[in-house]
Amino acid sequence: MIPAIQIDNVHKHYGKVHALRGMSLTIQQGEFFGLLGPNGAGKSTLINIIAGLTRKNSGNVTVMGHDVVKAYRQSRYSLGVVPQELVYDPFFNVRELLQIQAGYFGKGKEINPWIDELLEGLKLTDKADVNMQALSGGMKRRVLIAQALVHKPPVVILDEPTAGVDVELRNSLWQFVQGLHREGHTIVLTTHYLEEAENLCERIAIINDGAVVALDTKEALLERGVGKTCKVVITLAKPLEQIPVALQPMLKTHEQNRIEFTLQRGSDSIMALINTLVSAGAEISDIKTEDADLEDVFIELTRAVNQ
Amino acid sequence: MYTLFYKELLRFSKVMLQTVMAPVVTALLYLLVFSHVLDEHINVYDNVTYTAFLIPGLIMMSILQNAFSNSSSSLIQSKMTGNIIFVLLTPLSYLEFYLAFMLASIIRGLAVGLGIYLVAIFFIDLPLYSFGWMLLFGLAGSAVLGSAGIITGVWAEKYDHIAGIQNFIVVPLSFLSGVFYSIHSLPEFWQQLSRFNPFFYMIDGFRYGFFGVADVNPVISLLIVLAAWLALACATLIMLKSGYKLRD
Ligand SMILES: Nc1ncnc2c1ncn2[C@@H]1O[C@H](COP(=O)(O)OP(=O)(O)OP(=O)(O)O)[C@@H](O)[C@H]1O
Ligand SMILES: [Mg+2]
Repeated sequence: MIPAIQIDNVHKHYGKVHALRGMSLTIQQGEFFGLLGPNGAGKSTLINIIAGLTRKNSGNVTVMGHDVVKAYRQSRYSLGVVPQELVYDPFFNVRELLQIQAGYFGKGKEINPWIDELLEGLKLTDKADVNMQALSGGMKRRVLIAQALVHKPPVVILDEPTAGVDVELRNSLWQFVQGLHREGHTIVLTTHYLEEAENLCERIAIINDGAVVALDTKEALLERGVGKTCKVVITLAKPLEQIPVALQPMLKTHEQNRIEFTLQRGSDSIMALINTLVSAGAEISDIKTEDADLEDVFIELTRAVNQ
Repeated sequence: MYTLFYKELLRFSKVMLQTVMAPVVTALLYLLVFSHVLDEHINVYDNVTYTAFLIPGLIMMSILQNAFSNSSSSLIQSKMTGNIIFVLLTPLSYLEFYLAFMLASIIRGLAVGLGIYLVAIFFIDLPLYSFGWMLLFGLAGSAVLGSAGIITGVWAEKYDHIAGIQNFIVVPLSFLSGVFYSIHSLPEFWQQLSRFNPFFYMIDGFRYGFFGVADVNPVISLLIVLAAWLALACATLIMLKSGYKLRD
């Protein structure tokens, strides 16, 4: 089967910034794929290159087998992109905007039922005739999603679609996107909410500083974390002024009464940790241990590269 | 392609007051002031009053300025707000992109021209020697300025850049092109200089459509204007194809 997206040794320079350093990645049709990485890792740059919004300096990119430069028409028919920025055209209302966007892809009136379906699915029906300027941020975000889907592309990329969206709406958005995935769409998503990626994505690439640092199924990535580290959450009766120096390398977060440590299995011992805390005068009221989640793996991997 | 063209039309028709009415009023104010002051004193062509002489020049000047302003302001707006990406994400080719913006500029220019014409003939008896020549120059002239507007809009990074080109190139060239006078009334040096100004040929040829008289043979003028259009069209297409500033 032709891959949905194939990225082969792509480099991108912005002046002195080497934003992508020989990135390679293959995403199969029907996947729910997560693209994670810290700010400035190059996620949006990669998406812009796939979408033809930015030109790469070297390498090859195809969407459904169509080269994004040489066969840009076919590749763009195959692709729907929800951009990271909340951009809109203030001259038009929601329905006009969707009709115009469909028109760019050569669609006419026959697309109207699909537009109604999209408005319904994204809970925008009652806003259809409202000017874009009068919509809230979350509504604009949903219009962006509708715009990306208006030409029925088989591959959909969402660049942080849930930034600034409230919990309820986020959940309904994910239901909508999962629906698309069930219908056979390939979904690629970037997010800074690692829980989302953990719940939704089948396979995840973690990128850092313009290169892929990990690429695996969600389970395998978690396995790595679980195999290597565990988390200890300690609740204190009263806040501790300072964490003993010996414990600093393991410290993850410290907020008043709650301290979180990441321990390397095998080398770090929970007993030693507790003893050190007690001898520093801590009154421990609760101890919990947890397996690592995606966030730990993420921090682990991106930290390793930064050092 | 048709959709992008249609959207561009919608955009300026939604703000008709600003994009069509305002330029019509400006042109009529010029007309009022200049004709009132100068009508008695100047006769450019035999049997043509100064006011009658002035009108086609004013119409053409407005057509040109508005054609430029339509494509350049639409592009800079889309770039500043970021919504240009919705066009860049589509399978539209750079040629279709060019044609849509240029055609919308032509329509805006001609709409303004028509508006001035309709109000003017209400008050002044204006001959129309050849509708064909008039329309041909109207189309070619607005195509040239529409293209120049696209180049400027793609290149510009803020509204100031557009205003700069408009105020320091488009407006001076259109003022110094014989809108208010026949170049034969100029000193020799300025006459020669005017011949390097493409706006001069546009206005002279457009005026020929009304009076059947011109400073330069209209066939030559038309060829020069078409050559200018061809050159700008090529430049615009090369620029769009390279992705300059749009797909960096
Ligand atoms: N248009 C541009 N001009 C210059 N540099 C850019 C441009 N776009 C991105 N960069 C640089 O490229 C690098 C990657 O940026 P990119 O936007 O791809 O990161 P990201 O992974 O999407 O980050 P975020 O999570 O913050 O959205 C950054 O160093 C950024 O400063
Ligand atoms: Mg980004």
